[in-house]
Amino acid sequence: MARILQLREALLEAMSEEMRRDENVFLMGEEVAQYNGAYKVSKGMLDEFGEKRVIDTPIAELGFAGIGVGAAMNGLRPIVEFMTWNFAVLAFDQIVNNAAKTLSQSAGEFKCPIVFRGPSGAAGQLAQQHSQTFEAWLANCPGLKVISCIDPYESKGLLKSAIRDDDPICMMESEMLYGMKGEVPEGEYLIPIGVAAVKREGTDVTIVSFNKMILESLKAAEELAKEGISAEVIDLRTIRPLDHHTIVESVKKTNRLVVVDESWPFAGVSAEIAYEVQKYAFDYLDAPVTRVNSADTSLPYAAVFVEEYLPNPTKIMKAVKEVMYTNA
Amino acid sequence: MSAVVDKPKAKRKSGTPKPKYSKDQYLSWYELMLRIRRLEERALLAYSQQKVRGFCHVYIGQEAVAAGIESAIRPQDAIVTAYRQHGTALGRGIASREILAELYGKATGANKGKGGSMHFFSAAHRYFGGNGIVGAQIPIGTGIAFAEKYKGTDNLCVTMFGDGAARQGALHESFNMAMAWKIPVLYICENNGYAMGTSVGRTSNVPDIYKLGLGYDMPSEAVDGMNPESVHEAITKAAAHIRAGKGPYFLEIKTYRYKGHSVSDPAKYRTKDELNEYRAMDPTKTTEQKLLDFGFVTEEELQAIKDMIKNEVEEATKFAEESPFPDASELYTHNYSQKDYPFIMD
Ligand SMILES: Cc1ncc(C[n+]2csc(CCOP(=O)(O)OP(=O)(O)O)c2C)c(N)n1
Ligand SMILES: [Mg+2]
Repeated sequence: MARILQLREALLEAMSEEMRRDENVFLMGEEVAQYNGAYKVSKGMLDEFGEKRVIDTPIAELGFAGIGVGAAMNGLRPIVEFMTWNFAVLAFDQIVNNAAKTLSQSAGEFKCPIVFRGPSGAAGQLAQQHSQTFEAWLANCPGLKVISCIDPYESKGLLKSAIRDDDPICMMESEMLYGMKGEVPEGEYLIPIGVAAVKREGTDVTIVSFNKMILESLKAAEELAKEGISAEVIDLRTIRPLDHHTIVESVKKTNRLVVVDESWPFAGVSAEIAYEVQKYAFDYLDAPVTRVNSADTSLPYAAVFVEEYLPNPTKIMKAVKEVMYTNA
Repeated sequence: MSAVVDKPKAKRKSGTPKPKYSKDQYLSWYELMLRIRRLEERALLAYSQQKVRGFCHVYIGQEAVAAGIESAIRPQDAIVTAYRQHGTALGRGIASREILAELYGKATGANKGKGGSMHFFSAAHRYFGGNGIVGAQIPIGTGIAFAEKYKGTDNLCVTMFGDGAARQGALHESFNMAMAWKIPVLYICENNGYAMGTSVGRTSNVPDIYKLGLGYDMPSEAVDGMNPESVHEAITKAAAHIRAGKGPYFLEIKTYRYKGHSVSDPAKYRTKDELNEYRAMDPTKTTEQKLLDFGFVTEEELQAIKDMIKNEVEEATKFAEESPFPDASELYTHNYSQKDYPFIMD
C-alpha cells in the first residue's frame, strides 16, 4: 500500500529506518535534535533515538563535518546535515580534502562512509549567499558521489542506499520542496545510486534535468505536448556517477537534447552532459545540444531577478524549439 | 483672543540620580532606538502583506547595542555585522526610506533591491554589511581593521557577530592574528541568548563568551546590553585602548531579541517568563522613562519625538511602496567591475 508523504517525511523515514537497522548510524547538524530540524526533516528523531544519536551541533560546519569524517574512518556511519549547502562551503576542506581522499591516500586502509545532506538551490528571494547550487562543485571531485533529488519515493530509496554505501556521499535536497507530496510504498526498498529515471517518455526531444528543475521540465513537456512536440524527460537523480547510458539511449531515439540545470553554466553539469552526448551520440544528433541554466551571475534579492535568473518552462520551451528548429 | 500660556517646563523627578550623560546624548539614543523599533515593526507588517520577502531577521530588543556603539565611535570608523542588521545600518545613518525600499526590493533601496534584508552596504557610511554566512564577518572585520592600520589611520573596525557565530573556528583564527599583529579591531559579540533555537548554554562548555578572548590575552569583558549607557561606556574604553595602538578588544554584550530568529520562527524554545523578564528591561521604554525622570523632556516633547519617528516611518513606507522595481537587466550589473565582462548568455 502506498502512502502520500512529503519529501521531508520520506527523508525522515529513510534516516529512521537505517538508524533502527544499524546502530552505527547517527545524525548530527545544526538544530536537528531539539528543534526537529530547521526544515523539520528530523522531526521526532531525538525522541526516538536519544541524544547519543541525534546531535545538535554549534554553528561550526568545518568542525562537525570533520568530526563526521573521523567518526566514519573509525567505524561509524554519520549523517551530517547542513542547514543548507551554502553553509557547507565552510566544510569543503573536510569533504573535499579528507572525506573524498581517505580511501585513496590510505590505499584502502580506511573508508569514509558518510552522508552529507541538506538543501541546495535557490529558495525564493534569499539573495546571493543563500541561493546557490553545489552539484557541479562537488561532482567535480573524485572520491565523492553526488545525489540530487526531490521526489519523495526516490529520495527515500536513494538516501537509504547512501547511508549503506561505503563511500562519502553528498545529497542535495530542496528547501522549496520539503513539503512536496508523493506516493511512497510501505516497507523496505532501495533505489540504486547512479541510475537516472525516465520521468516522461517522448520521441522528439530529450530533456535532462535534476532536483527542482525536473518540475519545470515536466511542466514544459506538458505544454510542448499541446503543441505536438513529444519530449522525453529524464531525471538524473544522481549527478556522480552520471548515468550516461540512459541519456545516450534516449538521444539515440530523439536525436535532440536540452539540459535543464539550476547550476551556473560554466563547467556545470550541463556542460558535462553535452560533452558525453557529443562524444557518444554524435552521429545521432540532429541539432547542437542546448542547455538552460541559471544566469551566469549571483542572484540578487528582488523578485524580478529571481524570475530572470532561474530556468522556467518558458525558457525551456524556447530551448526545445531551438533544437527542433521550430522557433518563429 | 486666547491667552498666551507658558508651555510647562520639564522637571527632574525628585529622588532621581543625576544623569550620566547630556540631554542631547539621551535624546539621540532614544531617537535611534525608537526609529529602529518602529521601522522594523513596519517591516514585519509589510512582510505579513508579502511586500517584503525572503529572510527577515529583526533587531527588536537589541536596539541599545546599536545606540551605544554609535555614540562611542566615530563616523569614519568601520562597522561590519551579520544579517540581523537593520538596527546597525540605521545607527550608521542609512536612511529609513532606503532601508524600507531595500526590503521591498525596490530600485531606490539602499542597495538597489539587490541585497534585501540581510545585505545592506554603504561605503559612505563606512558600513561593510550585512553578511549572511554566520561568522564570516569575523575575519572580514579583522581585515578591514588591518587595512586601517596599514594606511596609518587611527580608525578601528567594529566587528559584530552573534553568540552562535562565536562558535565558528574563524573566531579563533581571527583573534589570534589580531592579537599577534595588534590589529585595531573591536570585536562585539551580541549575545542575545540564542542562535536560532539553540541556547548559548547548549553550544559550549564555556557559556561566558567573553572568556574566549582571554586565551589570546585579549582584553575581554561582558557588558549589559539592555541600556545604551553601559554599552557606550564599555565601547568608549575599548576604543581608547585600540586607538592607542594596543590591538584588539573583545566585548560580549548581553542582550535579547524579543521576536523569533526570523519571521518564520515561533520561538517555542524559550519561556514566556524569560521573554517578560527582558521585556521589563526594554531599552526604548527605560530610556524614555529616564528622559522624563531626568527632566530632559515633557510628555508633550516626548510625544513630538514619537510623532516625528512615526511620520518618518510613514514617509519611508510611502517611498518604498511608490518606488519602481529594478529592471531585470540589472541582474548583469555589479557582478564584475569589468564593464564589458563576457557573460555566458546561452
Ligand atoms: C555558516 C552558516 N551556518 C548556518 C547558517 C544558518 N543560520 C543563520 S542565522 C543562524 C543563527 C545564528 O545565531 P547568532 O550568531 O546567535 O545570531 P542571531 O541570529 O542571534 O543574531 C544560523 C544557524 C548560516 N547563515 N551560516
Ligand atoms: Mg544569537
